[in-house]
Amino acid sequence: MLFRAEITVKLKNGMLDPEAATIKKALKHLGYDCRSVKQAAIFELEFEADSRQNATDVAQGMCQRLLANPIIHDYSIVLV
Amino acid sequence: MLMKIAIVRFGGSNCDLDVQKALNNLGVHAELVWYKEALEGFDGAVIPGGFSYGDYLRAGAIAARTKIMQSVREMASDGKPILGICNGAQILTESNLVPGTFTLNQYPKFICKWVKLLKIGRSPFTSLSSEVVKLPIAHKEGRYVVPPELLKELYENDQVVFKYVDDKGRPTSAVNPNGSQDNIAAVSNLEKNVLAMMPHPERASEKLLGSVDGNTVFESMIRYINAL
Repeated sequence: MLFRAEITVKLKNGMLDPEAATIKKALKHLGYDCRSVKQAAIFELEFEADSRQNATDVAQGMCQRLLANPIIHDYSIVLV
Repeated sequence: MLMKIAIVRFGGSNCDLDVQKALNNLGVHAELVWYKEALEGFDGAVIPGGFSYGDYLRAGAIAARTKIMQSVREMASDGKPILGICNGAQILTESNLVPGTFTLNQYPKFICKWVKLLKIGRSPFTSLSSEVVKLPIAHKEGRYVVPPELLKELYENDQVVFKYVDDKGRPTSAVNPNGSQDNIAAVSNLEKNVLAMMPHPERASEKLLGSVDGNTVFESMIRYINAL
């Protein structure tokens, strides 16, 4: 079966995010005063798997082995 | 037998020839090894700086998942010295050969400048270095991040090898170029034979370059191999 997964990888809460801090400043220049700004990477993947559970396991593996760095990142997986 | 050190090259490595020249200057046979080739018969390895795979995903992330890194891992478990410089350091942390990670600088731009480094503890890569050395850094992802419980272990096990310091040898926040935890510039594995360092010793290997302090890192590595 073909599955589509949307994987979001973002910095853990409390981790310094210099890029987001810069974006927050730029938004302020435009008149948008945000209390906080966070950014994340979204991966949209299509792959074959035997079952929904299997697809989730495969996506987990991808996150643990490459897409996220457990020291700084949290990730979430949505099968669509 | 003549000592042989491998310099592992990936697509986007660009300090490989500089490292080779620095090692050749010290009388060592240093061989460039493309990541698809076999890594066999070497006494040690250097993973040089550069921008492997364009720093896609995270600096060092793609190179860390190549097959040759399995061979590097085997060399490391055989006790052979492995030195990762800059992008090479990022590859070693991404490979989990060295704890922690190097991520985007606190001020998110590329920094290229000379820094002073204080030697911390005992390492096979600094046995011949003086207390404070002058080396250049050139990176955008050099901020060392490590969870607090792991940081404690690094100190307990003497794995912190270099810190960014001022002229008086103090690791102040003013001279921390990238926001690294505790001004840490270089870290080793528990066994000490794998070192990940952000500064470039090969760029401080001839008088013409402004410092020869980098040679002491390579000389220490050579001394370690000779003693194996």
